[in-house]
Amino acid sequence: MTGGQAGGPMAGPVLDIRGFSVVYRTPACDVRAVHEVSLALNAGEIVGLVGESGSGKSTLAYGACRLLRAPALITGGSVIYQGRRAAGPADILQMGPDDLRKLRWREIAIVFQSAMNALNPVLNVRDQILDAIDAHLRIPRREALDKVRSLLDLVGIPAARLRSYPHELSGGMRQRVMIAMALAADPEVVIMDEPTTALDVVVQRDILAQIIELKERLGFAILFITHDLSLLLELADRIAVMYAGQLMEVGEAGQIQHEPAHPYTRGLLHSFPSLHGPRRDLAGIPGTPPDLRRAAPGCPFLPRCGYGTDACKAIDMRLAHVATAADLSHVTACPFVLPETQDALSAAPVPAEGAREVSGL
Amino acid sequence: MSEPGDTVSVAARRGPLAMEAISLTKDYRLGRGQALHAVRDVSFSLYRGAVVALVGESGSGKSTVAKLLAGQERPTSGTMRLDGEPADLRTRRAFRRHKSEVQLVFQDPFASLNPVHTVRHHLDRPVRLHQGKRSRAEVAAEVSDLLERVHLTPAEQYLGKYPHELSGGQRQRVSFARALAARPRVLLADEPVSMLDVSIRLEMLALLDELRRDFRLALLYITHDIASARYFADEVLVMYAGEIIERGPAEELTQRPAHPYTQLLVASAPDPDNLGSTLRAGAKHTVRPGVGAADHGCPFHPRCPFADDLCRAEDPVLQPVSGTRSAACWHLDAAAGVVTGGRESEV
Repeated sequence: MTGGQAGGPMAGPVLDIRGFSVVYRTPACDVRAVHEVSLALNAGEIVGLVGESGSGKSTLAYGACRLLRAPALITGGSVIYQGRRAAGPADILQMGPDDLRKLRWREIAIVFQSAMNALNPVLNVRDQILDAIDAHLRIPRREALDKVRSLLDLVGIPAARLRSYPHELSGGMRQRVMIAMALAADPEVVIMDEPTTALDVVVQRDILAQIIELKERLGFAILFITHDLSLLLELADRIAVMYAGQLMEVGEAGQIQHEPAHPYTRGLLHSFPSLHGPRRDLAGIPGTPPDLRRAAPGCPFLPRCGYGTDACKAIDMRLAHVATAADLSHVTACPFVLPETQDALSAAPVPAEGAREVSGL
Repeated sequence: MSEPGDTVSVAARRGPLAMEAISLTKDYRLGRGQALHAVRDVSFSLYRGAVVALVGESGSGKSTVAKLLAGQERPTSGTMRLDGEPADLRTRRAFRRHKSEVQLVFQDPFASLNPVHTVRHHLDRPVRLHQGKRSRAEVAAEVSDLLERVHLTPAEQYLGKYPHELSGGQRQRVSFARALAARPRVLLADEPVSMLDVSIRLEMLALLDELRRDFRLALLYITHDIASARYFADEVLVMYAGEIIERGPAEELTQRPAHPYTQLLVASAPDPDNLGSTLRAGAKHTVRPGVGAADHGCPFHPRCPFADDLCRAEDPVLQPVSGTRSAACWHLDAAAGVVTGGRESEV
């Protein structure tokens, strides 16, 4: 699972986020977007970060790269980066502008969600990528051009499209250009923010297969941000479930799927209809996510949780090992609910009223 | 009711025929003598109390079908029948009557509600226009009832709110209530849950289903998510490049797709239980990227593994696969061999 250590043995994770917090400062109050999140990314690993809109998953990823602007404010934590080429571990949050510039793109690259908005509409594909190479790598023009060609070849774009402008490309092609640009400087970590959300399923699958192929070949680690848990179960090595700015559960994909420990994870697992296999009972999650302007202590999922008790109002949200799991890497923020097997789960009563069953319509 | 391909729609078991689309075609002129064939010879029927899902990727023409049925676009050729009568859109009065029978719910609840008007305003108007209720008290009672039907209770709490004060799910509930204010027979729901968060999508589909039952709606559910169609719909129609290329009962069609395109669509959906996933194995390209639909012959032939000269020359029509299923493909026998066993069908 943490295999694929392409550059020999590594001491510790390549990216280690610890106790990271971000608020959006407004005149009225602070909006607690990310609250004391700790998450590590090992070399060559795909970690999936799943959450609903507004759960803070993008804020976490961009904040860790210091890409947020006011009114976002990082209020605590550290982000330790340790790449193969780096001299030693360094805290991204303490870096000066020069170090940051060297880090971005060369060490950590980002594939943004909306390729149409992220690409420059008046530059063709070739110039677009050349621009990025010129800004971050000092290599001669001829070499840079060769690199552009090999990068596009890598992501399956024919050389004939070198001079195409973004509007002349399909959504899938644009996303491939974004991926090619992200890989231009051979990064250690690639953050992908919903890279395939706007695409059709057939194209999505094609691009994901390509991403994995490239990862195997080039050995970078991926932080994959999405709202689609079913996709991550198939794609990711480990999955981190985020809700209301906090991590609810982190575990291997198999653990999340078969032994989900947190009630929110279970709710998510029962929220998407499956196409393959027998029809399952679906329940969804009643209610809506909390208002982060009025952050209360205790578990933010409590109002929607079918297992909640008074103790949840004051619970310490730090992740702890799942008591029944043999593997120490499976952690949850909920100490009260123990994981059940998938079979027991589907037979379990649907928590809370309001969660109408959709199955057997 | 006989359907194209000489099959019977499973949706007919739910209730009487409400609306028919007969050979609907819509071309958009692009200039220089070129035309975009958005919808090509599409025929299907909607039945009261039944859900028909129209599934396809973006650009397949599924939203155009909804616009044609709602009377927002006029077909290039083909007809529609509402309750057995030809749909009449010629005069304003006739168009309004059509609109009160056929209502449309849009994908984006952030864009479909007017930001400067309250919830009450959004519901008052259609109640007055379509139901002809006159007294203020009657209208108010009807509006409150509508809000309760979509589970926005207590209604008084929501009446004075503006769209920005509501969550995405609540806004979509208001859209549903607005559509129901006209007391329609037919509800066209164009991707009604795709803008919403995963955890509330299911609740919204359950609500739609409840409304279908309570109001005996003939529901057309337009989606790109074939998995949700499996759970929600009676009959599924799969569209590709403006044509319906396969149709049949939801469970059968999704579990044993007959058309090579449907097979590709089903194989592409994420599958957590798929051991030895094609993704993890780093699959080779299954589809040639950037290949569009063909102008001649079968629209899917440039991407199809079974394509031959016949497919390149002639566009197949829907042919029966069983009593309730049909597919438009010249090589259904060859395609049937691929799909047994489900997931190996990586075309």
